[in-house]
Amino acid sequence: MSIETQTELERTVLEVQDLAKTFHVASGSSGTSELKALDGINLSVKRGETLGLVGESGCGKSTLARTLMMLEQPDGGTVRFDGQDPFALRGKSLRAWRRRVQMVFQDPFASLNARMTAGQIITEPFATHKDLYPTAAARKQRLKELLELVGLRATDADKSPQEFSGGQRQRIGIARALALGPDLIILDEPVSALDLSVQAQVLNLLNDLQQQLGVSYIFISHDLSVVRHVTDRVAVMYLGRIIETGSTEQVFDSPLHPYTASLMSASPKLDPALRPKNRIVLQGELPSPLDPPSGCRFRTRCWKAQPICSVERPDSRVRAADGTISLGMPSVSRSEEQQIAECHFPVQSAAEAGLAVSA
Amino acid sequence: MMTEMLEPVSNKQPQDEAVLQVRGLDIDIRTPKGTVRVVSNVGFSARRGKTLALLGESGCGKSMTAKAIAGLLDPVASVAGGKAYLDSRDLFSMNGKQRRAVAGEGLGIVFQDALAALNPVYTIGTQLGEAFRIHRGASKKQAESEAIELMRRVGIPEPETRVNSYPHQFSGGMRQRILIAMAVALSPKLLIADEPTTALDVTVQAQIMQLLRNLRSEEQMAVVLITHDLAVVAEEADDVCVMYAGNVVEQGSVDTVFTQPTHPYTKGLLSSVPADAQRGEGLSSIPGSPPELSQIPAGCVYQDRCPLASAICREQRPALRETGPGQRAACHFAEQVSTMQSNDEAANGQDAH
Repeated sequence: MSIETQTELERTVLEVQDLAKTFHVASGSSGTSELKALDGINLSVKRGETLGLVGESGCGKSTLARTLMMLEQPDGGTVRFDGQDPFALRGKSLRAWRRRVQMVFQDPFASLNARMTAGQIITEPFATHKDLYPTAAARKQRLKELLELVGLRATDADKSPQEFSGGQRQRIGIARALALGPDLIILDEPVSALDLSVQAQVLNLLNDLQQQLGVSYIFISHDLSVVRHVTDRVAVMYLGRIIETGSTEQVFDSPLHPYTASLMSASPKLDPALRPKNRIVLQGELPSPLDPPSGCRFRTRCWKAQPICSVERPDSRVRAADGTISLGMPSVSRSEEQQIAECHFPVQSAAEAGLAVSA
Repeated sequence: MMTEMLEPVSNKQPQDEAVLQVRGLDIDIRTPKGTVRVVSNVGFSARRGKTLALLGESGCGKSMTAKAIAGLLDPVASVAGGKAYLDSRDLFSMNGKQRRAVAGEGLGIVFQDALAALNPVYTIGTQLGEAFRIHRGASKKQAESEAIELMRRVGIPEPETRVNSYPHQFSGGMRQRILIAMAVALSPKLLIADEPTTALDVTVQAQIMQLLRNLRSEEQMAVVLITHDLAVVAEEADDVCVMYAGNVVEQGSVDTVFTQPTHPYTKGLLSSVPADAQRGEGLSSIPGSPPELSQIPAGCVYQDRCPLASAICREQRPALRETGPGQRAACHFAEQVSTMQSNDEAANGQDAH
């Protein structure tokens, strides 16, 4: 292994390859049918960066998050966390691993126990991980630090969740996720339950924490303007597959996949100058994941679909630095710097993507 | 603090274009701890063929206002004052029978949660056809063919077979289309859409907004769109009424209000949107959070979060006043809003306690 790839590995916190998860769903009288919630997921997250995960409901975002949290057992593929496979860990080493990946949930009204105080909620992880802060004094000190970190007062520790506003509750949820000093936090729609004026406070907090602590985020959201603002790279999911990845700028400004293009084009824009001249409005809705289309999964809603799309699953197309689009290499050479999409007929320009070209 | 509410929102439009006029609307809720005023002195008008947005965050009273107009207030809530005219008919003085006559032909409403708004034990055809049977005396067969025609109009595929399906057999987007079909069945003059796309994915949201736009221009309905999404308002609405803590704080045409806000809250909201700002840049945010409706302060409703607040704001509630052509705001210092500093230093601090 060359030195260069070694440093690359060190910078990568999470590496996922060909991850698959199939659920067996009862259907009719005939028994069960297969729901491929994750069908060959590849992604990586570097230290201190934010990866956005975008897609419509039912595309597999939450299953992916749950699998990365080890709440679901995958059926195939590999997960490497700092080079280690967490699913191979047992006992103490597994518990030590669990410290390193934490999650913040969407609904701050449902995800905090109303019978506990904020302080109890935030320090509950220490009950499982006793060796971290063994004495009551150390736990108390850590609680104080955490409250301060997320912008709450020390006196807030004794209040119960009902006494806080939505934004403050989400701060408690974030403090709980930070308690064990994780390397990666999965943020599942962390601001979508919050009012706009409060949302900005929480997004600023998340950004500050990342800069202070160097923690990595996987940021799941359906709000594209939020994703654009907080992420370094974006992965777009459709029916259990990541159909496009790239830097946030690449994916938003010059999407390769027609689905990405339609998402960007369809999302409402506050600034009239950013509004597309010809908005792409997709026909139909997400097909049932129980019976996904053959070939390319997006072809049933795609305006560029050709006969080949129903027959052959598209290979990756890669956009090179000079803008040329070519057939991609197999997954081994996937570099996070590149923009990659799975499509037979990738979108060539921002104009074709139905996005306004800023003058 | 009584203000004149009779003028239409935009003075360029003749009065007769206003399909709906609301003036001085007050709504009270009875709680175990006493009566709470949740909507206070709200006034606006909705014009024929145009969309008026009621914009605000949760609890600001926008849905409550719409429900009062539609006559669908929860029993614990009641209209405590004010008038609402639909084509010069006074909605609040109507009895139940008159109300039912207005429903459908005068006014249609689309709710946010389509699954909850549809009856699970009747077919879509029965529910869509009901309006024709009740209001037009249509036979069962006529009602069904009207229902099929409606489904075709709102873009539901294979209406002839789908007419016999039940609500749970449709996707979220299709259910929302059905609700819209139901609301526009009798070509109402006013359509109220209460967060019609909040529960939907972005590609489906675009379809539904397109459908609403098309129906509006075909039928020349006045549309009242209730939403918390500024980008949706910017794209869909002609006029906007910004609400905060049960009060209208600013109103006018979307073009003026969004480019030259004259209320600190409107300005704060607009700058909280993560527009295509650069990654990592701090967002400007409004410190604190909206007040509890039972604890709305005397004086200006926005004083606790406002960078311009001073002594007069704590004593006297500002009335809506003209701040630009066709634009009104309820702020003592409206003239200073354009040069107002966003208070980013406060933004990174604490939520209000």
